[in-house]
Amino acid sequence: MRDVAVIGVGANPKWGELWGRSLRDIFVEAALAAIDDAGVDHVDGMYVGCMSSGLFTGQEHIGSLLADYLGQRHLPATRVESACASGSAAVKAAFLEVASGHGDIVLAGGVEKMTDVSGAAATYALGTAADAEYECYHGATFPGLYAMIARAHMDRYGTTPEMLAQVAVKNHDNGALNPMAQYPFKLTVDQVLKSVMVADPLHILDCSPITDGAAAAILCPLETAKKLSKKLPIKVAGVGHATDTIQLAQREDMTWLESTAKAAERAFKMAGVKIKDVDLCEVHDCFTIAELVVIESLGLVKRGEGGKATLAGRTARDGDIPVNTSGGLKAKGHPVGATGVAQVMEVVKQLRGEAGSRQIKGAKRGLTQNMGGSGGSAVVHILEVA
Amino acid sequence: MPSAGYTREIPQRYRLEAAKCASCGRIYYPPRLVCAACGGREFDTVKLPDTGKVVTYTVIRVGPGDFAEEVPYALGIVEMEGGVRLMAQLVDVPLDGIKTGMPVRLEFRKIYEEGKAGIICYGHKAVPA
Repeated sequence: MRDVAVIGVGANPKWGELWGRSLRDIFVEAALAAIDDAGVDHVDGMYVGCMSSGLFTGQEHIGSLLADYLGQRHLPATRVESACASGSAAVKAAFLEVASGHGDIVLAGGVEKMTDVSGAAATYALGTAADAEYECYHGATFPGLYAMIARAHMDRYGTTPEMLAQVAVKNHDNGALNPMAQYPFKLTVDQVLKSVMVADPLHILDCSPITDGAAAAILCPLETAKKLSKKLPIKVAGVGHATDTIQLAQREDMTWLESTAKAAERAFKMAGVKIKDVDLCEVHDCFTIAELVVIESLGLVKRGEGGKATLAGRTARDGDIPVNTSGGLKAKGHPVGATGVAQVMEVVKQLRGEAGSRQIKGAKRGLTQNMGGSGGSAVVHILEVA
Repeated sequence: MPSAGYTREIPQRYRLEAAKCASCGRIYYPPRLVCAACGGREFDTVKLPDTGKVVTYTVIRVGPGDFAEEVPYALGIVEMEGGVRLMAQLVDVPLDGIKTGMPVRLEFRKIYEEGKAGIICYGHKAVPA
């Protein structure tokens, strides 16, 4: 296997409710931004992470559609799906294609166009990432599933609504500095706690939004990265992927995300590093409770201490383990198929020193953690300055 | 849900039928074809006990399409006697009266009306035991 680098990243300029743009528009904007960032004139292959273009826009077969609209007719291109981890799964597919030698310059993209349908239809579409027959059948929603994780975490560890709210406050502090963020404004704990309840104990401001957005990354062999691009090559040092039961009820421990723990273990083993060697993390904060359980499952903090660590500011930009400098899914937005690619984009920008006012000084290694469903899929990437 | 799918799920939905691995004894609800614990492929059909306790729960206040008019409703994970866990709505109890660990019993109830085909979908809901 060849070493692989990321040499270009890009996104459509502003995520949010983009009624004037189509799925193909926002994807092509992101892909062109990444191609231009890398400075390459072609790609050899493309993988597009997308959870449900069918339910959100009535369009399947987007490999063909997007290659065509990118002006790359005949490009080998296919869609990759792992619910909300689809973007990272596309990055992994692109990594494998480059590492194997099958392709030299491969685009990993992600897109979701979610606001062409009503809120009820979007809730239904997202719900298909849960067990349709044994969770959705009984009226489960994604806020509901994570609310049940939150209740279990509160019961076992004494996690409080204030601790959950602080995740939103911290991520909005970061998102306020990110020009592409859907909600680039600050929040207070009080605002979160007074916002409408969606699924007890989660308020609407504990939830990531419904978003139109796309992101892309260009991968190539590390050894040719400097010839192909003027950008500082960022090595894909670790790739870890794991699944778990799709049903929350069938997990032994609902306060833990074993798929994330296993994916991280695999990524760390491949990279030959430990969590203490990582300078920043972009993690899947689809709900505030998710970030707490994820930082515990990654080993950033001890089990049960995610809330306390967040309240203490350890995961803030000036903390010892900055988490979600981009604003996370919470403030930046969560176009589900694009999220994993956008996490890679943020880490690449941080490692290149291009993160502007949210830059973590001297960052040399970063981690992305992206998950699908209530934790039924997880993908972890470790990126480092080559 | 299409009617073919509904029909084949009747044994587990109406009668709480589960699959017990013939080699290691682990019980699966819903039934499976391969045991995740030992790899066994032979199963006996067993009926789940109908009593258990609430492991975790929430109150859904924004519901998906078929449940949009039902909100607010409580949804929980129930651990049945013997250890099998499943998801069910928690009913016949005030929404602020639900507690983790609360003993419950499953009762056969209407779950929702399937919009397009007009099928009334049945299954189990948990009531205080």
